[in-house]
Amino acid sequence: MTDKPLIIVEDLAKTFVLHNAEQATIPVFQDLTLQVAAGECVVLAGESGVGKSTLMRSIFGNYLPTQGAVKVWHDGAYVDITRANPHEVLEVRRRTLGYVSQFLRVIPRVPTLQLVMEPLLENGVAFDEAKDRASELLSALRLPQAHWDLPPATFSGGEQQRVNIARSFIRKYPVLLLDEPTASLDAENRAIVVRLINEALAEGAAMIGIFHDLDVRDAVASRLFEVSQFKAAA
Amino acid sequence: MNAIPGRIAPAPLLSVEGLTKWYGHVLGCRDVAFDLRPGEVLGIVGESGSGKTTLLNCISGKLTPTSGEVRFDTRRFGLTDIYRLSEPDRRRMQREEWGFVHQNPRDGLRMRVSGGANVAEPLMNLGARHYGKMRQSTIDWLDRVELDTRRIDDKPRNFSGGMQQRIQVARNLIHGPRLVFMDEPTGGLDVSVQARLLDLLRELVRDLGLAVIIVTHDMAVARLMADRLMVMKGGEVVETGLTDQVLDDPQHPYTQLLVSSVLQI
Repeated sequence: MTDKPLIIVEDLAKTFVLHNAEQATIPVFQDLTLQVAAGECVVLAGESGVGKSTLMRSIFGNYLPTQGAVKVWHDGAYVDITRANPHEVLEVRRRTLGYVSQFLRVIPRVPTLQLVMEPLLENGVAFDEAKDRASELLSALRLPQAHWDLPPATFSGGEQQRVNIARSFIRKYPVLLLDEPTASLDAENRAIVVRLINEALAEGAAMIGIFHDLDVRDAVASRLFEVSQFKAAA
Repeated sequence: MNAIPGRIAPAPLLSVEGLTKWYGHVLGCRDVAFDLRPGEVLGIVGESGSGKTTLLNCISGKLTPTSGEVRFDTRRFGLTDIYRLSEPDRRRMQREEWGFVHQNPRDGLRMRVSGGANVAEPLMNLGARHYGKMRQSTIDWLDRVELDTRRIDDKPRNFSGGMQQRIQVARNLIHGPRLVFMDEPTGGLDVSVQARLLDLLRELVRDLGLAVIIVTHDMAVARLMADRLMVMKGGEVVETGLTDQVLDDPQHPYTQLLVSSVLQI
């Protein structure tokens, strides 16, 4: 483990330009600076529309920031996600940077168990070991075993959410981004997710999260980060 | 953690530079440049007439470009401009190291010979002569693309469109290519058949560590298959980047239009 921050966000700005809506520009944030150390969970605070998800997606490389840098500690060096080549970003995502979104992007025909195993298989873990660990995690998340061989397309929101969580916690990603991972879960499942998060933090993961559920937030947050303090002028 | 499989090596497998094609005074594509690494899947998207297929044909050696280079890391000559190879050398390299999956199976299959013979033919072209081994390999591949191996001797016309497409996929992978071109591979299929084929292609590409250049006008196909995208309009590349970034935060006016035009279900 390193004592360097695992995530460094420097002077980040994001403005959307909608070319087909009379060049509308939507400024979200600017000069945003944030560092997250190993074992720390920074929770993004602020009301809807303030740019929490936009910041998260910019860190993941899903959105292209207008300015600034997002440095992620990967393989003993920082990779600036905003400037790295696509194959470098994919490599960082495969090994270092996990992301739990609110929604599961379903791939037709791929059964749940295989979907959960995938991050392990892509990192060279043997099939049987991957299968055991996926089964363990799905059991822990109380997803009925009858579902495991089905593609999750027809699952309920909460069930899909748990598949999504299983996929992201099956490997120990050193850096994890959590966008409302407990949004559609009941209390018992929320508690399980809180436990998974705290275990990962104890092992030195760095996390940035969005949680609207205050109990969950208080149970995992090391500190709050107000995105609105960097609001860009319209 | 175990050793990390080297899915993406640093040296390019294919390096395209300044690729331009004019049809007389009409532009096909202009000044296209990119590198492709082993195991990398590049999607080329854009509407009809944007130059996608012209570009694919120029890269795959089917259509001589007006200017520019297509360098491929050939087994026999190393990184070489394919248009500088002699015609026989180029054809041999294409047969040995590439595959090409056409939108219409009729363009990629020989309709007069059996499905099995279609799959086995690339092996024969590369000098295989042992009938039993070729037949076994063909059966293995028919199975791998989820076709009933008992139908090995049926003619392609007796298979459905989706099955014909899977025969074409087997025919283009059996010889172990390193680079496969796909031109709207799921274009003419029903959605359920399309989903099955896409899933199969996705799995094969991952398991075999193939480099792929796939042309599609379907953004969902692009998202599912491609690591990164190249967006074309009027023969020029207007935007490139990581697939999910291009689709979720498109920068160019044309890409924004393209992405926002997709119907939601």
